[in-house]
Amino acid sequence: MATYQNIFTQVQLRPAELDMGPAADRIERSKKGGFSYWLGVMGNAQIGPVYLGYLGILSLMSGFTAFEIIGLNMLASVNWSPIQFIRQLPWLALEPPRPEYGISIMPPLNQGGWWLMAGFFLTTSVILWWARMYRRARALGMGTHVAWAFASAIWLYLVLGFIRPLLMGHFSEGVPFGIFPHLDWTASFSLRYGNLFYNPFHMLSIAFLYGSALLFAMHGGTILAVSRYGGERELEHILDRGTAAERAALFWRWTMGFNATFESIHRWAWWFAVLTTFTGGIGILLTGTVVDNWYLWGVQHGIAPAYPHLWPPVIDPAASGAVK
Amino acid sequence: MRLVFALLGVAATVLLTVAMLFTAGWGHPPIVGTQIGFRGTGMDQVTTAAAMEQLEALDALPDQIPKASPSGPRAVDVYKNVQVLTDLSVDQFNTLMAAMTTWVAPQQGCAYCHNVENLADDSVYAKKVARRMIQMTRHINQDWKPHVQNVGVVCYTCHRGHPIPTNVWYENAGWPHAGGFSATNYGFGHPDSANGSTSLLQDPYSPFLDKDGSIRVQSVNALPTTGMGSSIQSTEDTYALMMSISKGLGVNCTFCHNTREFGQWSQSTPQRVTAWYGIRLVRNLNTEYLEPLKDVFPATRLGPLGDSPKLNCATCHQGANKPLLGVSLAKDYPELGGSPSK
Repeated sequence: MATYQNIFTQVQLRPAELDMGPAADRIERSKKGGFSYWLGVMGNAQIGPVYLGYLGILSLMSGFTAFEIIGLNMLASVNWSPIQFIRQLPWLALEPPRPEYGISIMPPLNQGGWWLMAGFFLTTSVILWWARMYRRARALGMGTHVAWAFASAIWLYLVLGFIRPLLMGHFSEGVPFGIFPHLDWTASFSLRYGNLFYNPFHMLSIAFLYGSALLFAMHGGTILAVSRYGGERELEHILDRGTAAERAALFWRWTMGFNATFESIHRWAWWFAVLTTFTGGIGILLTGTVVDNWYLWGVQHGIAPAYPHLWPPVIDPAASGAVK
Repeated sequence: MRLVFALLGVAATVLLTVAMLFTAGWGHPPIVGTQIGFRGTGMDQVTTAAAMEQLEALDALPDQIPKASPSGPRAVDVYKNVQVLTDLSVDQFNTLMAAMTTWVAPQQGCAYCHNVENLADDSVYAKKVARRMIQMTRHINQDWKPHVQNVGVVCYTCHRGHPIPTNVWYENAGWPHAGGFSATNYGFGHPDSANGSTSLLQDPYSPFLDKDGSIRVQSVNALPTTGMGSSIQSTEDTYALMMSISKGLGVNCTFCHNTREFGQWSQSTPQRVTAWYGIRLVRNLNTEYLEPLKDVFPATRLGPLGDSPKLNCATCHQGANKPLLGVSLAKDYPELGGSPSK
């Protein structure tokens, strides 16, 4: 009898024939696949079959185009030096246009034109991938929960890079491509708009983000802890509670007085994850369009406490006009 | 085979951890924290014993020079070609010359600036530069009290025994790009000592410490007003400048700001006002004193784009929030415009 007492998967299923899902629509899918021991340590040992289809192929092509535009511009920004490309890679950027180009879709290539083009192809790629997820779920007779959760992430992405810049009238408000550049942009965005921590939708997004991690840990921990009683067969326990479900539920009632069920925990987790990016997107959309300084807005609405000032009054020296 | 892979993984992890510990800029604990703001605001300054030792070594004082008497014959009557130090006695004049040698060119001696055959001769470029620098020092001590207060500056504040101060900057064309129709990125995306190794603006000095670029980017109204406010790109420019100040002074953001609202003066520390004057002081010195000297400097002293060496915060501060840890050398040098101690 296999046990799950370890963070690694201890059981590897290797059927004589590859696991292909329900027989009815097997014909639609390729039959290529194989097994990997190392993947089996983490998850299912079987790799494939992969269904690419025309949506997948177009999405990959589009994504590759965006990747190339970004990568080649980064390589050009170190004068085609492969060594500097590797050394500076985390810092290298592809910046959006300057504010003077507004929402022109054709600024000069070296003044943000490449950024717009990379954004277009990346967006196309992401949306095609979304359509592919939706259609593959339907093809298997599944619900489309994964696709809609993915759509929530796409919403935040589109708000940051497209919808909000459109509303602001400047593509310069968009996010640069690059590892540190997009992080430095995030810090600057918060500075420019008076501290995003006072944005209530940012607060909600953080609560859902950390909540997602917490729920994930609680759920994963609970199921592993009762797998010795068959608790990993969650679906059966939804309708027919066995001792695993009883023990898991009682554990949480003992420790915090309340428990989710084997079904509802998955709704909790799904909604927390979806609401992270959904509320985050609303928060970004309101920034600069509806609120220009979140701290001052917070003061007006009583969410920013006043602290004692420990020094003599500090006055803006520019206010006197003596020195420019 | 699986065991070999596992062992390889452990070995790689150990090696990477060791490499990380000995490469990055780690500070040896204990970290010394000083609370400067109201509790809960996170307004603390942090340092380590090693950093404090390093700072003390860097800010060691030069040999003391006996005070000069302001009475007696005037230097301008005794020596030829005295253009600036016209108000000094011969004793003061000679003492100042000795002090300048100790502060600026201790190895090279008088000959660094003077033709030793004829001390009045202006043929050495360094003499003309030194004359302008004396005027600059007097200007700082007399006209920029909001920044230097009564502590003041002398040549040593920047020079520390080097003819060229350790921290100067030149205009530069930025990291060489391929050009053509590839993205210019406006100076973003390259780590530099000036921008605190971020991807922010690579050269924050030219726009803010030479030209008077607008530093204020944060909105002062809760709700949007008509017209476009500062862009996020200009916020990144300001951010880079602030990183250079932070590094030059060896302080973090909260030395001047309550970081929950960077822009608001009423929540800031008094140091922010001093820093505000400091930025104007540096701009003033770069445009009025340093840049016009580019015709006096020989080509070897100029930057890659042919400009004069220029100042930033680190030129004087050298990693200390008070240069020379607050010791006033200027109080003994009214010759340089210093204010005597009270």
